[in-house]
Amino acid sequence: MIQQEKGNTAMARFDGHVAIVTGGASGIGRASWQRLADEGATVVVTDIADRCEGLDDLGARGLFVQHDVRSREQWQALVETVRGRWGRLDILVNSAGILREGTVEDTDYETWRQVMAVNVDGTFWGCQAAIPLMNDSGGGAIVNVSSVSGLKGDAELAAYDASKGAVRLLSKEVALFCASRNYPIRCNSVHPGVVETPMVTTFLETMKLSDVADWSQPIGRLIRPAEVAGMIAWLSSSAASLVTGSEFTIDGGATA
Amino acid sequence: MISLKGKVALVTGAASGLGAASALLLAQHGAQVVHADLKPWPEEDWHAIDVASEAAWRELVSHIVAKFGRLDILVNAAGISLEGDTVLECTAETWQRTMAVNLDGTFLGCKHAIPALSAGGGGAIVNFGSVLSQVGDGNAAAYVASKGGVRLLTRSIALHCAKARNNVRCNLVCPGYILTPMVEEWLKGLPAGARGDLEARHPMKRLGRPEEVAELVLYLVSDEATAVTGGEFNADGGFTAW
Repeated sequence: MIQQEKGNTAMARFDGHVAIVTGGASGIGRASWQRLADEGATVVVTDIADRCEGLDDLGARGLFVQHDVRSREQWQALVETVRGRWGRLDILVNSAGILREGTVEDTDYETWRQVMAVNVDGTFWGCQAAIPLMNDSGGGAIVNVSSVSGLKGDAELAAYDASKGAVRLLSKEVALFCASRNYPIRCNSVHPGVVETPMVTTFLETMKLSDVADWSQPIGRLIRPAEVAGMIAWLSSSAASLVTGSEFTIDGGATA
Repeated sequence: MISLKGKVALVTGAASGLGAASALLLAQHGAQVVHADLKPWPEEDWHAIDVASEAAWRELVSHIVAKFGRLDILVNAAGISLEGDTVLECTAETWQRTMAVNLDGTFLGCKHAIPALSAGGGGAIVNFGSVLSQVGDGNAAAYVASKGGVRLLTRSIALHCAKARNNVRCNLVCPGYILTPMVEEWLKGLPAGARGDLEARHPMKRLGRPEEVAELVLYLVSDEATAVTGGEFNADGGFTAW
């Protein structure tokens, strides 16, 4: 049971914190910025789409930036915008991601590059751009959205699996780098199972019902974006002060 | 913030270290906490239990259900790490006692708590593994084996409960080296510099505090984690990342 402390004087968990959330127009990214904002954060939401519904309600605590995560230049510009406007960055949620079906034999190079560019390069450039400002802010937390597909293989998802596996190890690398330099920045990956997001439901529509059954998770239901957002918020918070370089699954038992 | 109001939680190993920190944090978030430990404690809702005794588990769970009418949360934090635990030194007694407390105790707790958790509409179990559930050590044969066992037992229980659709979740917490009485006592017997060496095995270059592990326990037993089961969650300062 979550009790939101709206309209009272108690400090919310993320009061005064500034967060960047990519892929924020839909799915896990959207649920994440909503949760962080509900608990006091100022949220800078980015997406390849040209708008993000609902962000206006936050007034000065919300900013939308159309952003292609594949571009190192756009990442640098985004972080400079945040530095100029708020002078700090506490949380980065790399949620932008795409899924393309294909086996190792039938995935063409263009598709492979597209998946790698968004899921892996996008996460990498994000971490690289964010770390200096986070460090100047006195520390922070990075949460990279991987997948159960970063933990186990699937014959039909060659590029997606490889990209999410890369995000898993990249997160550990970032965690170890920051610890080794005494930067007070933690970095972890989350590994959702099948979540009820536009990305996944669009994908499921293309599959046969028997395939969908194969995908079903031991708990027998899809995971809600808000549940993943809860884990992301926890990892972003000071409650997770000892947690870095770890992989957090939220998959209803799918990798048990 | 997370509220556990109206929930009844049983925490083993509650007299010290990770169990004590978990019990305290759960209580601070509104849970009715029943404390269990090998040591007797002269307070209400403190129970002396040898977790390796099946009869003791039966009695304790029945007592809780009779007294509070429900059980929602089980935290199996009781654990031991004994001296002389290299594969060559480890005696049959050390091996058996370590297995009995760490692995049998966790099994028996889950076995006897699940019907009570299920009867109340569901609940959450947190078992205590360790980074030594995931990697070896060289000086902790029985301990590592027992914690590796707890890791897979946890997954097996999660799958059983998911299949049974009883709304009981089961997860594993894997702490690094934490400043508990168990670890402090162990460090006392080691040469000077051992603590610094131990800290250096954690990328964060420090040992954890029990409260930091308790925060993870709180998250996992709360309704925040309703989709989380069969997982293993490290609070280890990066110990297993390199």
